[in-house]
Amino acid sequence: MNYHFNFAPILAQWPLLLSGIGLGLLLALVSIAIGSVLGLVVAFASRAPSRWLRSLAFTWISILRNLPILVIVLFLFFGMPQLGLSLDKITSFIVALSLYASAYMAEVFRGGLMSVPQGLVEAGQAIGLTSLRIKRYIVLPIMFRNALPAFGNNFISLFKDTSLAATIAVPELTYYARKINSETFRVIEVWLVASLLYIVCCYAITLVLRAMEKRLVLEKN
Amino acid sequence: MEWDYFLSEVVANRDALLHGTAITFAVSLIAILAGTVLGIVIGIAVTYGGKPLKWPARLYIDIIRGTPVLVLVLATFYVSSAVGLNLNAFQAGALALTLFCASHVGEILRGALQSLSRGQIEAGRAIGLTFGGIFRYILFPQALRYALPTWITAAVEMVKASTLLSVIGVAELLLTTQQIISNNFLNMQFYLLAGVIYFLIDFAIEQVGRFIGRRLDQPTRRAV
Repeated sequence: MNYHFNFAPILAQWPLLLSGIGLGLLLALVSIAIGSVLGLVVAFASRAPSRWLRSLAFTWISILRNLPILVIVLFLFFGMPQLGLSLDKITSFIVALSLYASAYMAEVFRGGLMSVPQGLVEAGQAIGLTSLRIKRYIVLPIMFRNALPAFGNNFISLFKDTSLAATIAVPELTYYARKINSETFRVIEVWLVASLLYIVCCYAITLVLRAMEKRLVLEKN
Repeated sequence: MEWDYFLSEVVANRDALLHGTAITFAVSLIAILAGTVLGIVIGIAVTYGGKPLKWPARLYIDIIRGTPVLVLVLATFYVSSAVGLNLNAFQAGALALTLFCASHVGEILRGALQSLSRGQIEAGRAIGLTFGGIFRYILFPQALRYALPTWITAAVEMVKASTLLSVIGVAELLLTTQQIISNNFLNMQFYLLAGVIYFLIDFAIEQVGRFIGRRLDQPTRRAV
């Protein structure tokens, strides 16, 4: 293979690449925050006494989990203006990613809710806590701790999914990688650097999450 | 009325839509099958391999899983031609999805194999089975039971990921949809239609998975 590696044209664009990855992280953070709030509501709805509410929650989860995220992104960005709802590309992408995240987070929280021992809830009732306080002081803290590893995995997935924002020209890392690719033709170098940046970021996120888990996880005995 | 126009456009483009759906099926199927075969090899290497096998397999899984699929697709497409492999868009896309699928299957299989007790391998050795025999008759059937639900999820992910091939110009369902939209500007309706088709495919796979999962959960041994 007579390929002469030349990283200079890519490293010259280093600030762009960094700003791209920063935007990707930001998009993932905002989306997982909104998605978690929505997902928590859906998770509680999926365990609600009302049958109607439960099936609504499961339909929500099933539809969003079985749709390709790219279709959701394109539908919101190109389809919604037809209904008079024009969002700019970043807002529209955040809405798409948040909806997508909400289904996955709902599953995570549903699992977390099921893992809360019934005895603890009963203990709360026995000392006369209202059902809201039982949720606030007993169910939610345990659920969040149990859900933390799955939460981390979802965050990493979402961060990788931010690469799809490139398809609607949101200037994140993949967008710049494609741009540099077509401007410099340093094909191998550009994709090597872009992948490496993603891998390093994912790894860094994993390390942060593991440190958090260590601090927060309940002692097992 | 716009919906009448939409319906007439669907009828007019039915062949293109069916063809796109077929390409989506084909590329997903290739990725799932080839990815599963490669993934089983990687899963075994990472669980039971010695150091020279284990580390490359681990590195493969971590690298592919740390890269977004879109980057993987674009990288495979552009890099393959830069290094002189003459792959067309379909082949490059299928290759990227296969690599992606293999890393998932490898990780799923590792999780399943590690949940089996080591004593079973020793028992297999004690009755004189080779590693191939142990894997084939003892480990794999049990691992399959653990891994199947997650494997089905991975299959759904592959169908979803096949939409990314539209970016490199593979005329699968999403790109076909976009081409139709560029003629009639019915953005919302046709993206909705594509969404419904993808949902039906994925939902069907999910239901089949549930059914098989329920069957596998039943006790295999009859009560004596």
